[in-house]
Amino acid sequence: MVNRILVGAHYGLKDWIIQRATAIIMAVYTVIFLVVIAAVGPDSFDAWRGIFANGFMKFATFLFFVSVFYHAWIGIRDIWMDYIKPDALRLLMMIATAAVLVGYAGWAVQILWRM
Amino acid sequence: MATSTMQFKIYRYDPDKDNAPYMQDISVEVDFALDRKLLDILTRLKAKDDTLSYRRSCREGICGSDAMNINGKNGLACLTDIKDLKQPVVLRPLPGLPVIRDLIVDMTQFFKQYHSIKPYLINEGPRPDRERLQSPDEREELNGLYECILCACCSTSCPSFWWNPDKFVGPAGLLNAYRFIADTRDQATNERLDDLEDPYRLFRCHSIMNCVDVCPKNLNPTRAIGKIKEMMVRRAI
Repeated sequence: MVNRILVGAHYGLKDWIIQRATAIIMAVYTVIFLVVIAAVGPDSFDAWRGIFANGFMKFATFLFFVSVFYHAWIGIRDIWMDYIKPDALRLLMMIATAAVLVGYAGWAVQILWRM
Repeated sequence: MATSTMQFKIYRYDPDKDNAPYMQDISVEVDFALDRKLLDILTRLKAKDDTLSYRRSCREGICGSDAMNINGKNGLACLTDIKDLKQPVVLRPLPGLPVIRDLIVDMTQFFKQYHSIKPYLINEGPRPDRERLQSPDEREELNGLYECILCACCSTSCPSFWWNPDKFVGPAGLLNAYRFIADTRDQATNERLDDLEDPYRLFRCHSIMNCVDVCPKNLNPTRAIGKIKEMMVRRAI
């Protein structure tokens, strides 16, 4: 096969918006988290657990982790697109990245709902 | 007469003679009453050693021929004041493009990207008797876009262009793309946006603004790219 330059996948806008939206979610959550920690001043595991037993904090923390992983997916995929030139290796690294991040998301949920 | 000696370090490479590029140390007698711009010095050097190769034409920042890397920053030799330059003045070819000889680079890839955005008005409507009119406001939008001289200072200072010169349009091409997207006389807005909505062609830009930093015409490709993205968002929601 002739190695032609292939562009025109017609995506990118959605990821670009999501990367910005998730950045805002992470920034807002960071403020909420710091305020809550300052207010509660958790000095024991039970107090720490109490923070995440709260429904709103569970929701916000879950949203934060989903944002982190989606944001990381776009960022790391961009790095692979820039630096990993062999197509097969790039695809493999993208799949591995997605698999690790999905695994992390599941792990985060498990930890969060155990609290 | 305010004369003094200036030190230069110039990238030299003649593929017919040299095995590898090297930096040549040169000192030049400069007459500050006559020599104002870096191109004046290069002209003096060329008179002494005519093997030194660089592109030049208009010598007044219009043709965009004498773009080079000056003390680590891309710029036009003809617009660079010698008084402001730290010595030794290090001159290298534009980064990221293949070197043909000395300070001359092969711009094929750069112009391929420029041509890929269809840099001409597309309008299938009936030809008007005299001209296609614009309101002053519509015309105002083209300011800061049409002035691009395609010197390649911006694209060759962009890491995204270094890594993917074959796939990423680059700041110069994208600035020109927006010049036609913004033009009310052009009818191919949707096709142009479709063409750029691509992870490589447009979205390799991460807004680090190297392009804005180096543009010798003080244009702002990052803002133009931002406007393209904004139009895509408005189209999508």
